[in-house]
Amino acid sequence: MQRKVISILVQNHAGVLARVSSLFGRRGFNIDSLTVSATNDPGISRITVVVHDDEKVLDQIMKQTQRLEETCNIFRLENEKSLLRELLLVRVAANAHNRGELREIADIYKARIIDMAPASMAIELTGEPEKIDAFLTMLGHYNVLELCRTGITAMARGDGSKHIHTEKGV
Amino acid sequence: MGEKMKLTGAEIFTQVLIEQGVEVLFGYPGGSVLNIYDALYQCQDKLTHIMTAHEQGAAHAADGYARATGKTGVVLATSGPGATNLVTGIATAYMDSVPMVAFTGNVGTNLIGKDSFQEVYIAGITMPITKHNYVVRKVEELADIMRSAFRIAQTGRKGPVLVDIPKDVTSAECEYYPRPKWTPPSAALPQATALAKAAQLINQAKQPVIYFGGGVASAEAGPELRQLCEKAQIPATYTLMAAGVLGYEEPLNLGLVGMHGCRTSNKAIDEADVVIAIGTRFSDRVALNTSRFAKKAAIVQIDIDPSEVNKNVQVEHWVIGDVKAVLRALLPLVEAANHGPWLEQIAQWKEQDYHPIDDNSRLQPHRILGTVCELTGPQGVYVTDVGQHQMWAAQYIRHLQPRSFLTSGGLGTMGFGYGAAIGACIALNKSRPVIMLTGDGSFHMNLNEACTAVSYELPIITIIFNNQVLGMVRQWQTTFYGKRYSSTDPQRKTDFPKLAEAFGAQGCRCQTQEEFEKAFRWALEQKGPVWIECLIDKDEKVLPMIPAGGTLDDIMMS
Repeated sequence: MQRKVISILVQNHAGVLARVSSLFGRRGFNIDSLTVSATNDPGISRITVVVHDDEKVLDQIMKQTQRLEETCNIFRLENEKSLLRELLLVRVAANAHNRGELREIADIYKARIIDMAPASMAIELTGEPEKIDAFLTMLGHYNVLELCRTGITAMARGDGSKHIHTEKGV
Repeated sequence: MGEKMKLTGAEIFTQVLIEQGVEVLFGYPGGSVLNIYDALYQCQDKLTHIMTAHEQGAAHAADGYARATGKTGVVLATSGPGATNLVTGIATAYMDSVPMVAFTGNVGTNLIGKDSFQEVYIAGITMPITKHNYVVRKVEELADIMRSAFRIAQTGRKGPVLVDIPKDVTSAECEYYPRPKWTPPSAALPQATALAKAAQLINQAKQPVIYFGGGVASAEAGPELRQLCEKAQIPATYTLMAAGVLGYEEPLNLGLVGMHGCRTSNKAIDEADVVIAIGTRFSDRVALNTSRFAKKAAIVQIDIDPSEVNKNVQVEHWVIGDVKAVLRALLPLVEAANHGPWLEQIAQWKEQDYHPIDDNSRLQPHRILGTVCELTGPQGVYVTDVGQHQMWAAQYIRHLQPRSFLTSGGLGTMGFGYGAAIGACIALNKSRPVIMLTGDGSFHMNLNEACTAVSYELPIITIIFNNQVLGMVRQWQTTFYGKRYSSTDPQRKTDFPKLAEAFGAQGCRCQTQEEFEKAFRWALEQKGPVWIECLIDKDEKVLPMIPAGGTLDDIMMS
């Protein structure tokens, strides 16, 4: 099933993430990733959720989340109309023999080497999830020691802003 | 800005309750709410506090108060165990969309998070069973948080809200600015195009049926529903939560639907070409098999909560809005019709419905309930616990009015009844007879609330259907588990009449229909609580029954 990205604008209150994740847990919604980030409005946070569910489940996720008192707005980010980015940090075993190859691969993907140690190097890459997948496929031929992906953070392309910063029900 | 004054948090608490129109609250005191109880002591002329035996009873009482009146029920408990004892009551209200505000005390803010005495994170515990909850961090926030709680409880789909108040917030002082009581804005007009399409589907139907639930009761839309039924001659069937919305004898009222509903109701949904689902949520006790439910029908759904659309069963079309407002707007668009052949077909099915057979050799549930309705009359308010007696009550109580059948439908909470009956009796100020129907299993859970009924001299008549076993579970064991009666036959020796007397109430025991009639007449004349124990057969079943996940093909009529 295709990846679907949902953006949820919530009031920036203590416990709001617990509320959203409690809802997902209770309703049995499986999520691939969830990120919370600040927005240009200090009163509002953005939660970006990635799921691989069918349209019926997605519809329920959106409607149930909308019911939460602290949800200001929830909308889907269609892949082709959105800017989707993820950050990767990866540490690979590296020695005098393969350091050069690894640097070449990193250059091709515009990844940055951010730490070097005698037996390893750490690489940073930001990009669309597919690019990160492809980069990791290349690294599959090497000995990956540690890996960390942030999950997708996203916003819509173009001038239209989906930030509807209204307090609910007031 | 109104007149301002400096008050403590506890005083603000009572002021906001008064400001929001609260007259009665149910609760139980404790260390963290001492300041609040002191403030309540100061304004006993405006706020009546009803103290129960157990916080669970207080929560069910607030729930019963709300179900009987439509007003928001209020419950107050101390921190820790006081708060956790509310949980079942809050979950019960949440599942049945009952407006309630629960207040809990908590330890002082300097002690929160330190595993202090009687500290519990009740906001975390109740997150999935409230519409919303709050922890008040500063006294300055208290009044507005309380106002929001009352607003949320009554807005849209109703439900419980919890407000947790640390002890130091109740002693701290700040300015209090009175505000007017929050009143719900008038319902938004439903979308015209959605209404038009709904009307079109209804007008084209040859075999329509209305399937309605608690949303109609909650919106008090019974009159509009009746008009729709009558104008277009559409038969209607209801869920447990909507018992009493239409009169038992109304010709278009088919009766209860679902697992223990009548065959005709379930058959009508199976054979309908259009099902109009109003204020109902296709629960697994009605849409027993979601892939076969109303298979031949286009379903038109009317509900206040958009998340109910396509949740359990996929529908053809929906109109979102307050049920009363939607029905009012829909009525002029619906054409008068008669659906003669369809109604004739239904009348034929009705002849095959299950009817219990009178047997004078034993005391039978349907006859007990027949006598109860006959002698109580149309003013009766019935409160049930959960199990066989609950289903018999739903099947055999006639003369029901809206808000007169109070039952835990969604959560199915055994032990709900006595607290809820106390809440209803207080709400109605003893103006109508309150009959509590229970089983020996359910009653054992919370019969301690008898002391509350005695203290407040509440003339609640409790009818205990005593079959000595957990009848509903046992019925399933009989049918599906080869009569292996695992833990449903507890061999209890409780003497209910004596126990009633021990509490300061009155009680009696009946074994025959004659004894019961006599006992019930006597009970109706008493000023305080009465228990009538009815000895019934342990093999008495709730019929008909469609097993969980089954269809009409699986219906059991004997």
